[in-house]
Amino acid sequence: MIYILLAISITVAVIFFAAFVLSVRKGQFDDTYTPSVRMLFEDELVGEGQKAKGEPKIDQKKE
Amino acid sequence: MADQKCYHCGDPCGRGGIHFDERDFCCNGCKTVYQIFTSNGLSTYYELEAKAGTAPLEVQRKYDFLDNPEIVERLLEFNEEGMQVVSLSIPTIHCSSCIWILENLGRLHPAIIHSQVDFPKKILRATYRTGDFSLKALVLLLGSIGYAPTISLKEFDKKDNRVDRSLIQRLGVAGFAFGNVMLLSFPEYFEAEEFWLDQYKWAFRWLIFAFSVPVLLYSAQPFFISAYKGLRSRVLNMDVPIALGILALFLRSAVDIILDLGSGFFDSLTGLVFFLLLGKFFQQQTYAHLSFERDYKSYFPMAVTRVREDGGEEEVQVYQVAPGERILVRNQEIIPMDCMLVEGSAEIDYSFVTGESDSVHKGRGEKLYAGGRQLGGVLEVEVLRSVSQSHLTQLWGNSVFSKDKASQFQSLTDSIGRRFTVAVLTIALASSLYWLLHSPAMAIHVFTSVLIIACPCAIALAAPFTLGNMLRIFGRHRLYLKNATVLERLAQVDTAIFDKTGTLTTTKKDTIYYEGVELSQRETDLLKTTLRGSNHPLSRSLYDILKSNAILTLDEFQEHTGKGVEGRMDSHSIKVGSASYVGRSSSGGERETEVYVSADENLKGRFVFHNSYREGLGQLFRTLDRDMRLGILSGDNDGERRALEKWLPLGTQMLFDQRPGDKLEYIKALGQEHKVLMVGDGLNDAGALAQSHVGIAVSENINVFSPACDGILDASRMTDLPEFIQLSRKAIKVIKISFILSLCYNIVGLSFAVTGRLEPVVAAILMPLSSISIVVFTTLATNYLGRRLKAGKT
Repeated sequence: MIYILLAISITVAVIFFAAFVLSVRKGQFDDTYTPSVRMLFEDELVGEGQKAKGEPKIDQKKE
Repeated sequence: MADQKCYHCGDPCGRGGIHFDERDFCCNGCKTVYQIFTSNGLSTYYELEAKAGTAPLEVQRKYDFLDNPEIVERLLEFNEEGMQVVSLSIPTIHCSSCIWILENLGRLHPAIIHSQVDFPKKILRATYRTGDFSLKALVLLLGSIGYAPTISLKEFDKKDNRVDRSLIQRLGVAGFAFGNVMLLSFPEYFEAEEFWLDQYKWAFRWLIFAFSVPVLLYSAQPFFISAYKGLRSRVLNMDVPIALGILALFLRSAVDIILDLGSGFFDSLTGLVFFLLLGKFFQQQTYAHLSFERDYKSYFPMAVTRVREDGGEEEVQVYQVAPGERILVRNQEIIPMDCMLVEGSAEIDYSFVTGESDSVHKGRGEKLYAGGRQLGGVLEVEVLRSVSQSHLTQLWGNSVFSKDKASQFQSLTDSIGRRFTVAVLTIALASSLYWLLHSPAMAIHVFTSVLIIACPCAIALAAPFTLGNMLRIFGRHRLYLKNATVLERLAQVDTAIFDKTGTLTTTKKDTIYYEGVELSQRETDLLKTTLRGSNHPLSRSLYDILKSNAILTLDEFQEHTGKGVEGRMDSHSIKVGSASYVGRSSSGGERETEVYVSADENLKGRFVFHNSYREGLGQLFRTLDRDMRLGILSGDNDGERRALEKWLPLGTQMLFDQRPGDKLEYIKALGQEHKVLMVGDGLNDAGALAQSHVGIAVSENINVFSPACDGILDASRMTDLPEFIQLSRKAIKVIKISFILSLCYNIVGLSFAVTGRLEPVVAAILMPLSSISIVVFTTLATNYLGRRLKAGKT
């Protein structure tokens, strides 16, 4: 029993560790600042579209 | 109207402001950018951050070299099947609006598929379809919205710039192992006699062992390498006892579990490596957007326009231009190599090379040196020497630039490390000798115990955390140091040498005052209108300060290059220029920069230009003078000697007319006996900055201009320099106190080890405890010290 528990816990740990190594290799830790800003932009892009200037913006109410 | 701020860039609009779409703009460029953004549904730009923009500069034909496929190929990261990927460095990126607009470039041109900003590095990475689009079109598009990328000679030379992520990976491995080993060690910590533990302990122990192996082989690698390098060059650095400790920990623990003597010290081993790497990580303070390694290549253009024999023009890479060929140099361009003027009138600004702020006029057949910036029209020149052989660039051939200052410097930690290693080995040998006589079985146990417990984890952590934190505090106050050893070196300086132009004076504006008969309003109007037509830097500064609102239409305008300008309207005329041009001999041989004015051929007076000094210099020098030698090293003439004497203590050495090479030699000679702090700004100081103990570059705009140096200081913080030096000295004191503190821990630990009573659990508690308490102490101490800096200056 104890071996199964050990095996499970270590497998889980190793999976997360592998995920960490993979993300480091992919460069997710290279720029830790820009994504935090970028994340706030999504709404504005979708909401504004190609509408003519001056039209009331609908998406602002969502905030 | 006059107080209006530009809706796009936030600059004051002044008289030339444009009112458009119920908004004010400072110039046409800003208005155009606004139009581009709003007509493409990108007006959110202004909602994210008000007045976020940058006025676009005139691009003209600056980027023509991007037509050359060879050059483009060098810049591209990826180029296949109609797709290209490029990374461009854009120094004007500064806020969230910038990120937003640059990541939505696709709105401005459908060919751009994807664009991503790396804000800390100020880099834009764009993917686009070729066909009706090209790199040049992209660069021009960026230029037109105020985000012109810098493409210099350096980009051409760039090597494979892969990011080194090994430290964070090593840290991850160590942290992962540390956590798991601790968890698996819990049963051992609490009760070793229990039945079930006895039954399963081998499983736990071998699992722990498995987790520790990668820590030893991968995470701890840098310490072994550094220790090995140190030993090979016969230096006992701090990594020697660390590597010894790690090795002793592992071997002893492995023997312990193989022979079933105990659970081993794997928890301490992984924890130790984790904390040490954490210290390294913390100290590795990087200012990604700042470059401390810049040389002339960052400023020189990448390509030039070569004039072919048949008269045609072509864009070629700078390195391909051979002596004897002819090239074109346009307005605001830097002359990349020594050459001779063939065609056109040269007005060269040599502030890069000499620090002399006034431009010089050169006529046909005269020699132009690399590093000068042409102000005015197009020049055709004949190349005399290739880029690397030119007068200025030869400076970089000096051996100072190939030496790494950090490697020559023995840090405080390393100098302690040497004595520490000797002491630890002595204690270990002596105690095991003692046990060998009394109870031989214990000898090897005691020997390894001493090595384990004496492993200078806390000592090794004191410096990285203190210096790393101090570095961060300095960064918040706009002194950006290259790395931690610079801070240690800064604490040692006893001599401060300043460059004058650009360092003590501001490059932003000259002070101008007028002597002579007062000009009537009408004359002032006429003068200002006349100056409008001239591109000479003096004309431009004078134009900016004259108070006149009228815009007149001149009947006649003439510019006599190198002499002056003349404007005529109705029956009145005005002449501005050198003394001889206006018809008068210069007043006295004083080396002042002056411009004479005459109206209707009657001499009216002269404008005298003075360098304006930064505020608080007197205070700065007084404070520094308390415990330091001061000096001035200027590339300028000695016209300002008297002005400087006002501030400097008596007997301060002032040297003028120093060429870049002279500066280097002077600092070298001085460096024999003193630890010199060199404060400079331009490329002309580069040699001196590299040669000095600590070279700090002062910069008005930290992102744009700074030569290779150890630190970059924002010009507005110049007066805090003594405070920074004081703080670095205090930081060293903090480190020394931490050393004493961790020595106390070591003595406690050693008393366990020498008597042969070191249990794994004692080590597991003592080692993290000492490390964490040192980290807490240094962090609190540096933060406390850093607060004083803020309190002193708000």
